[in-house]
Amino acid sequence: MHIYKKTFLSVLVLGSMIACTTAQHQASPNLGQPMSALEIKKLDISIGPDGVGLPVGSGNAKLGAKVYEAQCVSCHGVKGQGKPVDALVGGIGSLSTDKPVRTVGSFWPHPTTLFDYTRRSMPLQSPKSLTNNEVYAVSAYILFLNGIISEDYELNQQNLAQVKMPNRDGMIDFSKEKAVTYK
Amino acid sequence: MKITKLSTHKDQSLTENLLDEPIVSSNSHKFPENPKRELDRRKFMQTSLLALASSPAMVMADESIKNDFPAWSTTPGKGLNEYGQPSKFEATTKRGIAKAYGDLAPGTGSARTPIEKLEGIITPSGLHFDRSHNGTPDIDPTKHQLSIHGLVDRPLNFSIENLLRYPMISRTYFVECAGNSAVNIIAPKPVQATAGTLHGLISCSDWTGIPLSVLLREAGVNPSGKWVLAEGADAPGMSRSFPIEKAMDNALIALYQNGEKIRPEQGYPMRLLLPGWEGNMNVKWLRSLKITAEPTHTKDETSKYTDPLPNGKARQFTFELGVKSIITKPSGLMKLPSKGFYEISGIAWSGAGKVARVEISTNGGKDWFDAMIDGPNHAFSLVRFRAPWNWNGEPAFLQSRAIDERGNIQPTRAAYKANNAVDGRYHNNTIVTWAVQADGSVQNAYL
Repeated sequence: MHIYKKTFLSVLVLGSMIACTTAQHQASPNLGQPMSALEIKKLDISIGPDGVGLPVGSGNAKLGAKVYEAQCVSCHGVKGQGKPVDALVGGIGSLSTDKPVRTVGSFWPHPTTLFDYTRRSMPLQSPKSLTNNEVYAVSAYILFLNGIISEDYELNQQNLAQVKMPNRDGMIDFSKEKAVTYK
Repeated sequence: MKITKLSTHKDQSLTENLLDEPIVSSNSHKFPENPKRELDRRKFMQTSLLALASSPAMVMADESIKNDFPAWSTTPGKGLNEYGQPSKFEATTKRGIAKAYGDLAPGTGSARTPIEKLEGIITPSGLHFDRSHNGTPDIDPTKHQLSIHGLVDRPLNFSIENLLRYPMISRTYFVECAGNSAVNIIAPKPVQATAGTLHGLISCSDWTGIPLSVLLREAGVNPSGKWVLAEGADAPGMSRSFPIEKAMDNALIALYQNGEKIRPEQGYPMRLLLPGWEGNMNVKWLRSLKITAEPTHTKDETSKYTDPLPNGKARQFTFELGVKSIITKPSGLMKLPSKGFYEISGIAWSGAGKVARVEISTNGGKDWFDAMIDGPNHAFSLVRFRAPWNWNGEPAFLQSRAIDERGNIQPTRAAYKANNAVDGRYHNNTIVTWAVQADGSVQNAYL
């Protein structure tokens, strides 16, 4: 009986040690500082496929061509044909061929990605420097060159997310799967 | 009795050999000499020296032993220094740079880990691979913070100073770029290069930091919050979406790498670690975690890091990295000096967790035998495998094949090619073949 007691006691002690270790790693000193609405507004620049987060502004391809000439052509080539870096235009209908050409027009499923990426990452030497209207305009230019919208279509906060990209249904959601395996 | 002037002995070449021990230089890709033969040679010399020492004919004038030692044994060494560096004789152990767009974008591309020059499982911090999309930012930690916002009860900012007060955990995790080994899939003929050049977008560190779940609980994730968008403070604001389940499971906000503060190229002052998932998702220079209902579909989870299929569709959100292994010794561009004994050594890992087994073939996959897994075998870490090999001097095809705890096994290159678009390149975990030629040179090969 005495031995049983001891064993029981040590199991209890061991158990509480394990509990402490786990608790320690789950405990939080709660040092996060509340964010103000203004702080969130400044920080949160991401735009999902629903277009929530798009800023006020607008632009069309005619104006966008000028932005492109000034900011983009040296890397992305005339009319987005590429070289020295990625092509932005062309390849629509090529994805199932043996020479797929993956561009904004042929491969990108969402127009919001074009706006989001251009605003946060471009131009290479001066990211985040374009105004919201310039981003709308140059996005419109890329979509126009791909034949997705017309040259005078005024892209804005309300309609950008509605633009249907040719590869809108080209992605297979693998997020619930494990690693790809082959037999 | 003291040996004073060995060089007077008739067998002068013997003493010269002793003073001039061969140094296996890392400059060349020479395989180390046959260790057994080396041992025999040393034994022979020791015996000979004993014989010399007992010979009265060897007693000479009273001289110091200085001339019998190399310069570094007879002069004081360099003074103490504050941060140690590798030997100058290891100057070629460095990352190989691949700029995606040349000098147009010097910070865009990759610096690859020279895996063929490393041993064990930990990658020295300065040699951890670096894949960046517009350079390494120079972040002042006192002006940087992590913000958690979106679908949470309490949007919060965390300063680095405050984060350093949280309880931490240390874990050994690999990071592999989803584009690692891409050249071996895309190039129609095998490119002749080192293992690091071909497969060096893999590294492994001891990371210390805060479980992301702790910070998320503090902010209070809403039931509608199913995804997290992680965003970096680098020039391109690199961003990726990942499911909330991973965030609560084993995601880590890492502040330390191999004991010291995380290196700038690895995300100083903090990075996200999603164990076993594609490197690009382990967002460096982390500044924001936004809880969302749906994935954001950023540039790097749509136009890149998706896996195109032959039918024109593409798999999106292929997060987990497949089971994989690479023989690092012998490997590409090395040369075996002669037939005889070699140790095959390499690394293996799996995005599923632990590596269960690594098999070796020396005849291109006809026969397989188990390698030994040497040292620690942690989940989501590199493991080191080893196998003895006696090379008979004939052409050989060395392969390794890892199997993970879920039973996944490395596929062949042919299986990958059949299941992916012609330009598919991500998640190449196919079996790597090193062809040993009759002259001992080691080449990259497709089988």
